[in-house]
Amino acid sequence: MGAGHAHKLYRHGHSPVHGLPPHTKLAAVFAFVVVVVSTPREAMWAFGLYAVLLTLVAYVARVPAGFLLKRLLIEVPFVAFAVLMPFVAEGERVEVLGMSLSVSGLWGAWNVLAKGTLGVAASVLLASTTELRELLLGLQRLKLPPLLVQIASFMIRYGDVITDEMRRMRIARESRGFEARGVRHWGVLAKSAGALFIRSYERGERVHLAMISRGYTGSMPVIDEVTASRAQWSYAFALPFAALVVCLLGWTL
Amino acid sequence: MHVPDGFIDAPISAATGVVAAAAVAVSLRGARRELDERTAPLAGLVAAFIFAVQMLNFPVAAGTSGHLLGGALAAILVGPYTGVLCVSVVLLMQGILFADGGLTALGVNITCMAIVTTVVAYAVFRALVKVLPRSRRSITAATFVAALLSVPAAALAFTLLYAVGGTTDISIGKVATAMVGVHILIGIGEATITALTVGAVVAVRPDLVYGARDLRRRLQLRVNGALVDAPAPEPARTAPVAARTSRRALWLTGLATSLVLAGFVSFYASSNPDGLEKVAADQGIDEKAEEHAAADSPLADYGVKDITDARLSGGLAGVIGVGVTAVAGTGVFRAVRRRRTTQDVSPTSTSV
Repeated sequence: MGAGHAHKLYRHGHSPVHGLPPHTKLAAVFAFVVVVVSTPREAMWAFGLYAVLLTLVAYVARVPAGFLLKRLLIEVPFVAFAVLMPFVAEGERVEVLGMSLSVSGLWGAWNVLAKGTLGVAASVLLASTTELRELLLGLQRLKLPPLLVQIASFMIRYGDVITDEMRRMRIARESRGFEARGVRHWGVLAKSAGALFIRSYERGERVHLAMISRGYTGSMPVIDEVTASRAQWSYAFALPFAALVVCLLGWTL
Repeated sequence: MHVPDGFIDAPISAATGVVAAAAVAVSLRGARRELDERTAPLAGLVAAFIFAVQMLNFPVAAGTSGHLLGGALAAILVGPYTGVLCVSVVLLMQGILFADGGLTALGVNITCMAIVTTVVAYAVFRALVKVLPRSRRSITAATFVAALLSVPAAALAFTLLYAVGGTTDISIGKVATAMVGVHILIGIGEATITALTVGAVVAVRPDLVYGARDLRRRLQLRVNGALVDAPAPEPARTAPVAARTSRRALWLTGLATSLVLAGFVSFYASSNPDGLEKVAADQGIDEKAEEHAAADSPLADYGVKDITDARLSGGLAGVIGVGVTAVAGTGVFRAVRRRRTTQDVSPTSTSV
């Protein structure tokens, strides 16, 4: 875990979006998602404009479309769910291609699909242009409780370590001829999970001792204070402001 | 079960956000009592563990597999406050980094999956541990029931939120039937895995299991052939905070458990009759099915399976609910009485 050990979610770059202070980006993304969610679903064109706005951001951040689309796949379970909505919802029904579909269900499906996709795309853009550590610093700057940020940073820092430990346990199991095929093998896997918990907990105790021996008193020192100028704030909030204009138009038109 | 943006309307999202923030604030305070200044590294590592263990696949049948949700596991292993905190942090990070669950739906996600799961699991677990004989096996059994009930409870909480703030008017009976029915199946898997995991930890390091701290025996010395309690050398590092629950707390726990169970069962029963004709609903709402135990029902023969499932799970919910309510109800009385009579007798029936 040294320098240059970036997470696979992060896409290294030097674009203007990468350079913004993390808390401005976090606040901007959150504001954008709030605006998107509060847009009336009947204003279909508004969601198109939001998508255009996000595409602009992706272009400025030089995030390739393929990368973005691949990360959007996480949404697939909800797409499946949204597709089923018109069939089960109440209310008046329309005939489409010989199938009786509920009107409100169709609106609901569109609503979830559009808003969900935009939300996921915004989060993906945030995660791929901001380093993990910076994100945590940003959360701290946004006045999240320091203890919560510390817990989150430990989780991020040791997440890969614990996952690797789990992978090594799996390799150890498999090299001894174990292959989990069904419910009967749950006992073995659960014992692995139990062992993993004990190892994680004991690692936590060791980490704590190491921290105490280095002078930890309950709060982490902030070594790189990030501040944002007014220009940076306004630059970051260009996205939610543009979205807000679209949203207001959507309500009035 | 990660809810995306736009699924629940804005006011309810905001309200659940406030609930989630309050619960996290309370948990931060409570976790400091459970773990003192070791909170940050330990809770962080446990959160990393929960995060990792959610990736551990448990094969169900040919080709399908499920994974652990971890709320009940966290509550029983590290205590309710730390459990809420860990699961919330995992959800927060999943929302921000992996775009898994919408940012505005974070409150809904934390309320359903971190708070309801953990609190229900821990309340049921405490009540059962009080009632059952003090042994390792009853810890495992209590874990099983706690995890089994926690998952449908979360589904029910989601259904209630959906009833108030859903963006599509699907009848609530349908949502409840499908959600609770499917999640009882998921709950069975979750319960099995959680119980096995807790059992494995209890067998090796019982001192690490927060829920099993009552099981620990006082150190006894043999003095002239008679067993004598050793004087407590120092306050134990993990000084029990919730271990010596007062009788009032015991009553409250029992009451809360039976209320939760009663509400849960009656709600389910009222929505059950129209479950038969709503096959499509079952198919529609089980968003979790893709990644969980219910994946063993192919779309083609969903109808038959789901009808039997709905009936079966309805009956199951009733039996479990009523049984546990009765047991918890009578058990509370017995535990209180036993505690009063055997105040000073040192426990000898532990097997650790």
